[in-house]
Amino acid sequence: MAAASRSGFSGWLHRVSDSDVWWSFKSSPMTVAAAVATFLIIAVAFLSPVLAPHTPFDPATLSLSDGLKPPVLVSPDGEWAFPLGTDDQGRDVLSSIMYGTRLSLIVSLAAVAVAMVLGISLGLISGYFGGAIDAVIMRVADVQLTFPAILVALLIDGVVRGLISVKRHDEIAIFVVVGAIGLSFWVSYARTVRGSVMVEKNKEYVQAARVIGLSPLLIMVRHVLPNVTGPVLVIATLNLGLAIITEATLSFLGVGLPSTEPSLGTLIRLGNEVLQSGDWWITVFPGVTLAALVLAVNLLGDWLRDALNPKLR
Amino acid sequence: MAAASNNQPLLEVRNLRIEFPTRRGTLLAVDDVSFDIAPGEVLGVVGESGAGKSLTGNAIIGLLEPPGRVAGGEIRLEGRRIDNLPYEEMRKIRGARIGAIFQDPLTSLNPLYSVGRQLVETIQTHLPLSASQAKARAIELLQEVGIPGAEMRIDHYPHQFSGGMRQRVVIALALCAGPRLIVADEPTTALDVSIQAQIIALLKRLCREHGTAVMLVTHDMGVIAETADRVAVMYAGRVAEIGPVREVVKHAKHPYTKGLMGSIPSLGVRTERLTQIDGAMPRLTEIPPGCAFNPRCTFKGQRCLVERPNLMPAGATRAACWLHDSGGVGAPILKETVDA
Amino acid sequence: MPDGGADFVRIEGLKRYFDVSAPWLVRKLEGRPRQVVQAVDGIDIEIAKGETFSLVGESGCGKSTVARLVVGLYPPTAGRIEFDGNDMAGRHSRSDMAALRRRMQMIFQDPFASLNPRWRVFDIIAEPIRAFGLSTGKADLEARVAALLRQVKLNPADGRKYPHEFSGGQRQRISIARALASEPEFLVCDEPTSALDVSVQAQILNLMVDLQRRLQLTYLFISHNLAVVYHISTRVGVMYLGRLVEVAPTDTLFRRPKHPYTRMLLDTIPDLEMTGRQRSPVGGEVPSPINPPSGCTFHPRCPFANDRCKAERPKALPIEGGTVACHAIEEGRLPIEDRTYALNT
Repeated sequence: MAAASRSGFSGWLHRVSDSDVWWSFKSSPMTVAAAVATFLIIAVAFLSPVLAPHTPFDPATLSLSDGLKPPVLVSPDGEWAFPLGTDDQGRDVLSSIMYGTRLSLIVSLAAVAVAMVLGISLGLISGYFGGAIDAVIMRVADVQLTFPAILVALLIDGVVRGLISVKRHDEIAIFVVVGAIGLSFWVSYARTVRGSVMVEKNKEYVQAARVIGLSPLLIMVRHVLPNVTGPVLVIATLNLGLAIITEATLSFLGVGLPSTEPSLGTLIRLGNEVLQSGDWWITVFPGVTLAALVLAVNLLGDWLRDALNPKLR
Repeated sequence: MAAASNNQPLLEVRNLRIEFPTRRGTLLAVDDVSFDIAPGEVLGVVGESGAGKSLTGNAIIGLLEPPGRVAGGEIRLEGRRIDNLPYEEMRKIRGARIGAIFQDPLTSLNPLYSVGRQLVETIQTHLPLSASQAKARAIELLQEVGIPGAEMRIDHYPHQFSGGMRQRVVIALALCAGPRLIVADEPTTALDVSIQAQIIALLKRLCREHGTAVMLVTHDMGVIAETADRVAVMYAGRVAEIGPVREVVKHAKHPYTKGLMGSIPSLGVRTERLTQIDGAMPRLTEIPPGCAFNPRCTFKGQRCLVERPNLMPAGATRAACWLHDSGGVGAPILKETVDA
Repeated sequence: MPDGGADFVRIEGLKRYFDVSAPWLVRKLEGRPRQVVQAVDGIDIEIAKGETFSLVGESGCGKSTVARLVVGLYPPTAGRIEFDGNDMAGRHSRSDMAALRRRMQMIFQDPFASLNPRWRVFDIIAEPIRAFGLSTGKADLEARVAALLRQVKLNPADGRKYPHEFSGGQRQRISIARALASEPEFLVCDEPTSALDVSVQAQILNLMVDLQRRLQLTYLFISHNLAVVYHISTRVGVMYLGRLVEVAPTDTLFRRPKHPYTRMLLDTIPDLEMTGRQRSPVGGEVPSPINPPSGCTFHPRCPFANDRCKAERPKALPIEGGTVACHAIEEGRLPIEDRTYALNT
């Protein structure tokens, strides 16, 4: 027991390596593989300006003569300079994927952050105060849940498009997509946080804080919030997978990110347009990357959900 | 051997060990526990939470929750070994020969079936009775456990009964097949004081009338004093003292039992301070060598720190304490100064 | 201000009802009526400075609700709570209210739920000191927390640990240290030992008695355990279905119980002295506080009830240094008998 009270970083490290969560992580090879895959994809994506062999969206470096080269390993027409082939503009597919993944990740992480902040705040308010405020927030959540997230995102995107010009829209597209996805995902956070808050607020440590007259805001932030982070973390991880897919879907439908700044979804859409002519690699490789990323993130989320659920241990 | 069959104990527990494998090593939760229960006898098993009393009870009814497992010793019911039976066979014995009552009556009752259906099913599993005979028996049982309007209540569901009434239903369920032994694990802990007294009185009366033996597991010394014939006091997975209840309550021999008795507020004399045992029972991971009670004991000597005492005769009871090792090599024991 | 007199804490006509109805829409659709639990239904208590006043009763009698009303966790539906002459519901400035709150603290039942699992013990104990701005600096704060830990017989170094590293009894000590942090005069203790094992319960009760003497604390002690109440109290109030049925000095209550419910409760105390004392188990169970019986709420279980008991709510009448709310006692129908308990030999 004495070891657990060590302070500072080494104490923290010790607590983590001694914890049940870490142990459950280590003993699940699938989870370790998923974590490694996620980490690799994220690292490569964010290091793409350094690692990518080409800068595919700098028109100055493109040459049409490099267009539609097949992947090296499947065709003698391929070139090692473009290991996964090129698209019709002569852009390197591998580099496009790396940059696209980075963009997809930025958008989904930001969207998850928006959803989290919104959902947690509303959930805290709803759960702590209850009554009419709670009823209003939860009914709004119920209504929103009757629409699929993608529909909500489409709606928001559509409204924004109606308000501003196309050119302006392309410039702020990334913010619109982040907002649209974030707004469509807040409900699950709000509901989970509300449920946890209703459990926590009746616990005696919260009452003890009320006895000394702390304000509700302080109690929520200091006492309740840290104790609801577990479930929130689980949802955030699972949501990240969903957000990546939603962003890809929006971009595939052409209402997401513009082709000048393609995400994985945009790349799949662009490739899809030329799929009929047999240039499969342009769409298949981004698709595989998307699937792998979402699978890895979801596996992590599933494990986290089980690991943090004391009933399953 | 054969001559002893007449006063053969109903239940014999011999050197029972229960282990919990964890990732930090195997914990010994019950260590070398032995006791007997005679037919018709009420044995109280007391101890603080974590002393191993419920685990012992669960091992006897064959419902030890994994990863806990019986790692050694024997449990015999009417001379027959039951700790190594396959699940199906144990299931038949449980109910027919051993009844079980738990702390929370809701866990023993299926919320989806009426209490009548559950009673009839249990009766028919263990006794060769027709449906109508079984129902008649069920009503009889409900009347016996003091449920008013048994004919009507038999069709009610568990949630329609109050806590006290539910526990009565559970007792009826445990009595269905006329078992020889009932293992009651904290049967009154979840109930209000006035209901507790009712349930204890009921359990006492029924067991006397049916000649059923009871193993009464509880942390409540008051319940034991009122109900049990003999009592086993458990501490850190071992039996610290066992003997007739009057002796253990009034003339405890083990320092732990003594402290325990003194720490219960009594209606006799009103004292300013209660006797207290300093410290707390060690966690299973931190059981000291020698006598497990030694860090809290005011009488400990050198021997207690290294050698583990087994039960030995001590007056009218048997206590696991070197204080009572009359001819032993390590005795006498130095009495340590008791701090104020 | 020595000698707050008999009215250090004064509770008058305190009521608290809880609305447990189904949501409005469900109620309208299914034609269900509003349902109100009368958790506390008009009680008067006066607590003198330095005494331990205990409330006993079975679950659902409203004793814990009284505790929470007194420390302000619930607003009362009706009635008045006065603390050292100050009406707690009165208009106070923020700082006056904080000053009042500082002087009363609460100890809770469950030592596993009453400490925030993510905070270090030091911060848990320091929270009231910080909230009331009692400390002059970091060194002073550390000294105060260390002193508090020592006061409850824990090691100041324990402050760096988390609650899960302690046993139930140690956690309850931490709760007490925290409650004492704001240097209160009045402690409301809601079943502080009922989640603990008996040997640990004795440690905590002894600690509470020591602290009371050393710090001149006043306790409102809530418990269902009559033996514990007998041990620790100066005076005792017995609650049944939200009402006080009897209040008396401890010895009087246990030696000469008057209300039939008090007698019944005393009958349920197990006989540890093995005297073979005759115990008659009480019949019946506590009815639902949603639709409490008319008149005296105890009448359905009372062997002495008559028509007046069914119709008229008995008033609390003074008797032998306490009060009792019972028609049978008032009319002299029920003789008061002495009870003896064997001495522990």
